[in-house]
This record gives sequence, structure tokens and C-alpha cells, in this order.
Amino acid sequence: MYSSRKICLPLVAILLAAASLAGAAEPGSFGYGRVASPAQIAGWDIDVRGEDGAGLPPGKGTVDRGADVYAEQCAACHGTFGEGEGRFPKLVGGVGSLRDERPELTVGSYWPFAPTLWDYINRAMPMAAPHTLSADDVYALTAYILSLNDLVPHDFVADRNSLPKVKMRNRDNFIWTDPRPDTIAKPCMNACVNAADVRISSTAEGRDLTPRTTGPLDTMQPK
Amino acid sequence: MRPDPLRSKAVLSDLAGPDAPVARRSFLRLGAALTGSLALGSKPAMADPAQESPPADAPWSQSIGAGVVDRPYGRPADTEASVIRRNVPWLTASAESSVSFSPLQDLHGIITPNGLFFERHHAGRPDIDPAQHKLMIHGLVERPLLLTMKDILRFPSISRIHFIECPANGGMNWRAAQMNSLQFSHGMVSCAEWTGVRLSTLLEEVGVKKEAKWAMVEGADGAHMNRSLPLDKCLDDCLVVYAQNGEALRPEQGYPLRLVVPGWEGNVNIKWLRRIKLGDKPWHSREETSKYTDLMPDGTSRGFTWLIDAKSVVTFPCPEKPLDGPGLYEIRGLAWTGNGKVRRVDVSMDGGVNWQTARLHEPVLSKALTKFTLPWRWDGRPALVASRVIDEAGYVQPTIAELRKQRGSNSVYHNNSIQTWQVKSDGSVFNVQLA
Ligand code: HEC
Repeated sequence: MYSSRKICLPLVAILLAAASLAGAAEPGSFGYGRVASPAQIAGWDIDVRGEDGAGLPPGKGTVDRGADVYAEQCAACHGTFGEGEGRFPKLVGGVGSLRDERPELTVGSYWPFAPTLWDYINRAMPMAAPHTLSADDVYALTAYILSLNDLVPHDFVADRNSLPKVKMRNRDNFIWTDPRPDTIAKPCMNACVNAADVRISSTAEGRDLTPRTTGPLDTMQPK
Repeated sequence: MRPDPLRSKAVLSDLAGPDAPVARRSFLRLGAALTGSLALGSKPAMADPAQESPPADAPWSQSIGAGVVDRPYGRPADTEASVIRRNVPWLTASAESSVSFSPLQDLHGIITPNGLFFERHHAGRPDIDPAQHKLMIHGLVERPLLLTMKDILRFPSISRIHFIECPANGGMNWRAAQMNSLQFSHGMVSCAEWTGVRLSTLLEEVGVKKEAKWAMVEGADGAHMNRSLPLDKCLDDCLVVYAQNGEALRPEQGYPLRLVVPGWEGNVNIKWLRRIKLGDKPWHSREETSKYTDLMPDGTSRGFTWLIDAKSVVTFPCPEKPLDGPGLYEIRGLAWTGNGKVRRVDVSMDGGVNWQTARLHEPVLSKALTKFTLPWRWDGRPALVASRVIDEAGYVQPTIAELRKQRGSNSVYHNNSIQTWQVKSDGSVFNVQLA
């Protein structure tokens, strides 16, 4: 790294300067491993940033193409129109439900950024065979799911320029700094509440939701 | 096969033969004692004449046991077979994207045995060949690196004891008391001694560029699970670990390499760690937008709520371990906080009217499970047993009512409320919530 052909004085100066950086080691001071080449990095560098789509690759996909791929690769779990089979996640619906007693959190009602949808499909779906879709097909699936949610028109073409511009419904409703602690209790020790006011508001007794905790695993099939 | 002279037929028939009443009786007694794994609450048989006679020499005392490598990798006694991780079949669509719970009701210390550490997978448990596993560190760095497991093992090592808790632990009790079990209400927390290399050491080795503010951490599993972490936390106390309680990580815990982010929600402790990328902004991945965000009653959501707030729970008595008649008991429990150390735990037997301070057991470690106990003479009357932790930041564990007042009941995550166990006069115990 430091050429031995260089004269001693600058080397001493460099060492002194390094030592004065309060223990901060020079990069590569252990020298283990290999410097990753650009080609090696490209092989794994799959992440896409939600807010601005940084990292989206070249390629594009239409809603119609997405519908075809979706029917083949996704509908079995997520339902033909994203309604979700069984307990598999819904990909549509719930718009306007976030303040309800039973809110439905979906791409349409909850997700703040469209590029995150491309990233997640590319990263994790279809569940049993992840990382098998082409970039074009991931764009097409993204376009299809956005259109199922009425977030883009039917002729929408998803690509690295169009996706970051899709305005998601819930985009402005996230607070990204943690406001906790949001409760301030005082550790009272005696007569903290009126004993007559202590009342059970709910009990798990008799609810039949709890698997057994002895014997073999409980499949909870109806007995 | 030649008969083994050490295992004579006579010994075996002693166990079952009618001419061995003493041995058989002691065997039955053993069975009764063990049905509830070292049962704290099993009733002694009142009129059993065996109670009065001198203790018998048990069959295992009259024979020779198994040799040293009979079980080259040991395992618990067969009678402990009920002490296992368990899942809630109705909770998730598939076991590959699901969770299992640690049997806290049968654990006695602050360290979770490796086979009982709770699991949370997003694309199942990969079985990784460590010879092929690599960690890439790149992005806003001077010198991007590709490290093998051999390389990582050469870095200066460090061991730390830390809990990991899924922020959805207790999520099923946000709306109401639902799970009548300690295992299913609190079992998504576990604690281990982790060994590896400081993340700061690795980041110094690659050289962090001035513009870098965030790290994206990613797993090698089928979901390539990824999260954003502020660089400050990475440089503070994060660990890249290859060992858990002294042995290689279990596959369920990220073998061969995982991230430990002390005191922060389980999901950011990326398992099967394959990549760390530094950047100037967070990524807003699916796991930090669609999931692991907290929906408030006004329709807004909190994101990047990483900290595990202080929490405690009484582990005895609990629904799985009822009381066995009036008398003196030791209330036992666990407390933990992402803020650092547990400072104090108070216990109430009357639903929070009066509290007594419990004894904390050493070691009391930062961001680790801490054990507490308090002697209690139970008079046989109904009781409401609860614990309340105060951590070194002065934060006091809230009631579920206080939490709901701030956050409603749709937020799923970060329910760190006081747990109340209702003890009925027959000693049975139920999960309840107080108004
Ligand atoms: C075998 C069933 C299965 C198939 C097939 C499948 N998925 Fe999924 N999908 C899931 C499960 C389970 C989850 C939840 C995973 C988790 O939370 O860890 C999920 C989650 C998702 C989500 C995130 C939902 C949310 O709101 O957070 C999206 C988007 C998605 N899948 C899209 C797709 C697409 C597109 C395909 C087809 C290429 C597909 N899935 C195929 C099972 C499946």
C-alpha cells in the first residue's frame, strides 16, 4: 500500500497523522478478505430505495404483461385480483380503512413508496421460487398490482423513471422519527389505585385460541 | 448382535417384573413427578405409603448407564420432551413465513438454550454451506470488501450477552387478552451470549466515506430480508456474530453469520447476513414500511421505531405453571430493556394497588434478560399478579390502558405493557387485562 520507494520522512508524517486520529484504524489495516470488484458487487447489488427509486435497473413492463405473469406465478396465493387466498396477504383494498377498528394494510391503502414494491417482488417473490423473475417481469407485475389498486392507469408502463413518480395514497402519513417514550408512568408503591376499582376488562380464559403447551405440537385441527 | 454383558436382562426385567415392587413403585412416582417437567406445582400423593418408607434404590442406581458417546451431541432428558418451541397454527398462512415461541415457562435462567431460541423466518430456514457463504461490504466506503467466513473469524473477537425480541411479541394481546399462556404471550424473546466481530471493526476496515449516514443490511435467505440502520448505531454496539452460547449459530438463528443490534427490535438483527451497503439515506424496504411500522388511531404511522422499551413478565406462576395450594412460593420473572440495564422490578399481587420491590439476580447486564424473584406466601385467595420494570433511563413499564391511550390498539408491534396473571383460589392462572 505505502510504497517502500517513498522516502522515510513522509511515511513518518503519515503514521503520526494516523495515530492522531484517536485510534481510527486505516482502511485495510487487517488486510483480510478481497477487495470486491465492480462485477462482484453488481451481482448482489439488488437494493432499490423506496423514496427515489435509486437502484432500479433498466427495463420496463406493462399492466397487461403483468396480468399474465401474475396469473401464472402469484394468483394461487394472492388471489386473481389480489384479494388473497386464505390467510395469504391481500395486495389490494383497505383504502380509507386506516382509522377503522379493523384496518386493512395493503399496497393500495398503506405502502408509502412504489419502488419498494418492485424491490420486494424482486427480492422475495414468488415465495417458493424467489429471484427467478426477469427485471422486465418484475416491472410488469409492479404495474399490474399498482393498476389493481387504481394507482396508475391501464396503459401505465413501469420503468425506472415512472415508478418513483407514482403517488402512493399513504405516502405523507408516516412519521420517521420515533416519538417514544410516549407514556410517562410514576412508579407508585402503595394504594396506587382504589382497590374497588380494580376490574378485569378482558380474559383469555375460555377463548380457545391458545395451542396446548404440553405434548406434541398442536395443529389446532378441530377436535 | 452379541448381548451386551453390562445391560443384563435381569436389570430390565426388574423394571417391569412383578417381583420388583419397590422398583416399580419408585418408577410410578417418578412418572408422576415428571409429567409437568420438573413440575413446580405437582401435588404430593397424600396417602402414598411409599412416602413413608425409606427411599428406594431406583433402577438407574442398580444398573449401568449409557457410555460417553452414546449421544455424541447431547440432548435434554426424554422426560423434558414437552419443553419445545411452539407455533400458533392459525396465525400465519405458512410455516415458512412465521414465528415460533420460546417455552419461557420451563426456562430457569437468563440464557436461552440454543434449541429453544424463538424463530422468525420470512422465507424459511436456509441451510447454508459456510464454505460458500460471503459477506460483502460496499456502497459509500473506501475499499469494498468480500469476506469469507475464514476471513471473518480472523478479526478480533468479542462476546456479549444480549436479548433479541420480536416487536410483535405480545401483539396478539393488543386488543384484548387472547393467549392463555406465557409461551404464546411472551415467548418471542430470547437471550444468548453472542460471539463475533464488532461491526465498527469491519466498517473501519472498509473505510466509511464522509457522506455515509445509513447502512442497508441484507440476508442470504430466499427473502433477502433487508433493513436500514443508522450508521451511528452500527458504529456503537452492533455485532456481526458467528457463535451463540459458545457454539456455531444454529441455522434457525442465521448460521453461519448474523447481525446483532443490541436492544433493537428483532427484525433488524438480520440472519444469514450476506451484505452491508452504506448510503446517505434510508431504503424504506418493505419490512420497514408495510411491516414493522406502528399504525396510530389518527391514521398516521410511526416508522423506524427500533427501540425495545422496558418490559417484564412473571414467569412463575403463569397459565402453564399454576399454584399447588396455599403456602410459600417464590415469584419468578424476567425483565429487559433496550435502554441498557434494568434498574428495578416491582411486583403486585393485587392488580397494581400495592407493589413490592423484587430482588434482581446477578448478572444484571445491559440489553440482556435479567432475572427477578420475590417470596410470596399465598393465602389461597384470588390474586392478580403483575410485574413492573424501571430501567436505567428511568422509563417505567406502562399498563396496557396507558399504551392504548397513546397508540390505540391497531399498532401490532411494541406492546411492552404490564402483564397481569389472575390466580384463582384453586391455583389456576389466567391471562387477564385490567380496565
Ligand atoms: C406460495 C404463496 C405465494 C406466492 C406464489 C406468491 N406470494 Fe407474495 N406473499 C406470500 C406470503 C406468505 C407473503 C408474506 C411474506 C412475509 O410477510 O414474510 C407475501 C407477500 C407479498 C407481498 C407483500 C404484501 C404486503 O402488503 O406487505 C407482495 C407485494 C407480494 N407477495 C407479491 C407477490 C407476487 C408479485 C407474486 C408472484 C410473482 C407472489 N407474491 C407470489 C405468498 C406468496
